[in-house]
Amino acid sequence: MKNKIIQACGFALLSACMIITALFLAGIIYFIAVNGRQALSWQFLTAPPLNGMSAGGVAPAIVGTFYLTMGSVIFALPLGVGCAVYLQEYSAGGRMSDIIRVAVNNLAGVPSVVFGLFGLGIFVKFLGFGVSILSGSLTLGILILPGIISASQEALLAVPVSFKEASLAIGATKWQTIKRIILPCALPGILTGVILGIGRAAGETAPILFTAAAFYKRGYPNSLFSEVMALPYHIYALMTEGVNPEKQTAIAYGCALILVAMVALMSSLAIFIRNKYRSAYGNGPRRNYNA
Amino acid sequence: MEMDPAAITTPKIKTENLNFFYGGFHALKNINLNVHEMQVTALIGPSGCGKSTLIRLFNRMSDMTPKTRAEGKIMFEGGNIFDAKTDLVKLRRNIGMVFQKPNPFPKTIFQNISYGPEIQGCKDKDFIYHRVEESLKKAALWDDVKTRLHSSALGMSGGQQQRLCIARALAVEPKVILFDEPCASLDPISTAKIEELILELKKNYTILIVTHNMQQASRVSDYTAFMYLGNLIEFGQTDRVFTVPKDKKTEEYLSGVFG
Amino acid sequence: MNSLKERLIKYAFTAMGYLSLLLLFGIMAVLFIESRPAVKELNILNFLFGPQWRPARTPAEYGILPLIAGSLSVSFGAISICVPLGAGAALYLNELAGETQRRVLKPVIEILAGIPSIIFGFFGLVAVAPFLQETFNLPVGVCLFTASIVLGIMTIPAITTICEDALSFVPRSFKEASFAMGANRWQTLTKVTIPAAGSGICTAIILGIGRLMGETMSVLMVAGGAAVIPKSIFSPVRPMTAAIAAEMGEAARGSMHYSALFLIGLVLFLITLALNILSEHISKKYRLKLGQGR
Repeated sequence: MKNKIIQACGFALLSACMIITALFLAGIIYFIAVNGRQALSWQFLTAPPLNGMSAGGVAPAIVGTFYLTMGSVIFALPLGVGCAVYLQEYSAGGRMSDIIRVAVNNLAGVPSVVFGLFGLGIFVKFLGFGVSILSGSLTLGILILPGIISASQEALLAVPVSFKEASLAIGATKWQTIKRIILPCALPGILTGVILGIGRAAGETAPILFTAAAFYKRGYPNSLFSEVMALPYHIYALMTEGVNPEKQTAIAYGCALILVAMVALMSSLAIFIRNKYRSAYGNGPRRNYNA
Repeated sequence: MEMDPAAITTPKIKTENLNFFYGGFHALKNINLNVHEMQVTALIGPSGCGKSTLIRLFNRMSDMTPKTRAEGKIMFEGGNIFDAKTDLVKLRRNIGMVFQKPNPFPKTIFQNISYGPEIQGCKDKDFIYHRVEESLKKAALWDDVKTRLHSSALGMSGGQQQRLCIARALAVEPKVILFDEPCASLDPISTAKIEELILELKKNYTILIVTHNMQQASRVSDYTAFMYLGNLIEFGQTDRVFTVPKDKKTEEYLSGVFG
Repeated sequence: MNSLKERLIKYAFTAMGYLSLLLLFGIMAVLFIESRPAVKELNILNFLFGPQWRPARTPAEYGILPLIAGSLSVSFGAISICVPLGAGAALYLNELAGETQRRVLKPVIEILAGIPSIIFGFFGLVAVAPFLQETFNLPVGVCLFTASIVLGIMTIPAITTICEDALSFVPRSFKEASFAMGANRWQTLTKVTIPAAGSGICTAIILGIGRLMGETMSVLMVAGGAAVIPKSIFSPVRPMTAAIAAEMGEAARGSMHYSALFLIGLVLFLITLALNILSEHISKKYRLKLGQGR
């Protein structure tokens, strides 16, 4: 009897944890959705800011975030998949692959602001790219690189060895096997990693603080070396700079809603792809918790 | 170990003092085996005797396992396949392999077969189509699948998948085909079909088959090699090995004393 | 010719593999190089344990103890919120939730784990801080307490996911053995499942701390920004990350302040590196313990 009461209390406690967690998080999303919706309009999405940030839209920030995100993926995708292929197919079991694996894991745990410092030191200063789309994209690319590497690695690992054997046994070369059998099979998993990476890159602020972002920029960026506005940084700037806090907050709500929607969409898409293909060859990659 | 007189003909593949190690484990000990052209040679023996290890050496699939080492020679078409200058790709095109579990690629039936010719650089669509058709016919699968060449290979039954894998191996025109327990995961009817197919294929190909089913060995093979604990205990014409085994171990194994 | 192509491809992949190694060292190298003037000029002990962070004053004082204190206090405040709730939610998912609930809740939590920190900072600033200021009658809403709450909530999904993972690794046979001895579900949970997943949960906590120490945008917005050692939970604080993010814009390139900020980055980098290595060590041992090591 006593045991039963303890069990009931314990389970009630666990349920309470779940409920509180769910309420907190649902509350935040709801709060942002309700307040953000008032700011949203066609004009908000397509017009540039007006009157010193207190009116108009956030189109340049959306465009800037798009550029930065795409830039980071263009950089991180080939490098990440290449690194994973090296680890999984060319050096598996070797000492070097262990070392690289550890390095990648640790890279994933590096705070995002430190990536920002790195970008500032290397891209902005040393390579002379300045505060620009290029510097920001590269910095964000390095930030999402570990996630793409580990997602790709897991995806490659999930490709049955028997496919590889079959291909090699017919006389395919290693590269033919990788290109025609292994990579296509691993594609959904790699894609999942990339989409999660896009979501992450779109929402990160600290790495672009010193490498790419501008509070206000007239017009749209016209070269890789332009400074850009970006959604997450725009939220920060609206809340901490400027002269009209009330109106700026309303705009920030709108930005926050767009950002949350974008990131949630990306995550859902990634989860959907992963679940759809999970059954095919074992489990798809998981999110990199370290990141 | 003694050879039957009849066994001394020109072998297609010949191993000479072949030893193989997994790390410190001595998996194959001094194997001297002749695989005769256009004949079926069966490798039998209890599990763990090294028969699968041996068959994976002939096309050097063993390279995929790390920390292994081979000593001795495997002679094929005048060269030792362990030579540094051996072109693995060429070797594997000459010596095809069918695995224990059917392992079609997650592609269409057509793409599974066309893969081989395509990776060899063939771009001629007609040629590839004919090669696919011919291979599927040789594998006795054409009539089953000719109407659904472009559907996924993963939708086929296990027996059909295994025949597809055979067709895939045939499509690169090998001279030798290695079968590593090809019926291990199949039902009796599919097994019978594969056996029938092997008997048909031996007219044109040299075949080596690993099986732990002694009846299968006696049904399909011309020569039988019995292995035990990494040693080649007995080798000879199948009829002879099964009726008058010379070695006591062989006799015990065949009569089911151990297995 | 074919083999030459294969070799070249191999080299290309190898280069890509090494590049990620290079990046880790590159980050370290940049931090070291850029912080060298500060290391040379400032005594490292005075830097780490100096009680005053006043880079704008003349003469400037560069003691990061208040910043370290800020980082630690916010991290531990947040940990005390997110670990019980996150682990509790994970246990709920693992033990109590039915198949349908799990199918809905797990992806939702995963999606929430991906919400950017700027969103939480923003929410903290517009909702949590005013609310707490009113409720507790505080002089300012943005303080250690607010930051702990905001970061705590923010980190729950990550903690839940890692804990849930650790729990799902516990072999069924452990539980079945316990049930077979007549233990009820709660006893099995507390006596078998949780101890078996213990080091996995430890890993989650350590990773959580590392993550919180490195968290930038939300603390920048809700921690208050005062570079002083906190006297109460309602003191405003300035964690290391916030100092870097807030001050880098004003620090002239090449100045002592600039270099000192890089040195903070280096300290931060080394702390998170150590936590990461620690958690990896624990999780490796854990896998061995459950017989799933390779």
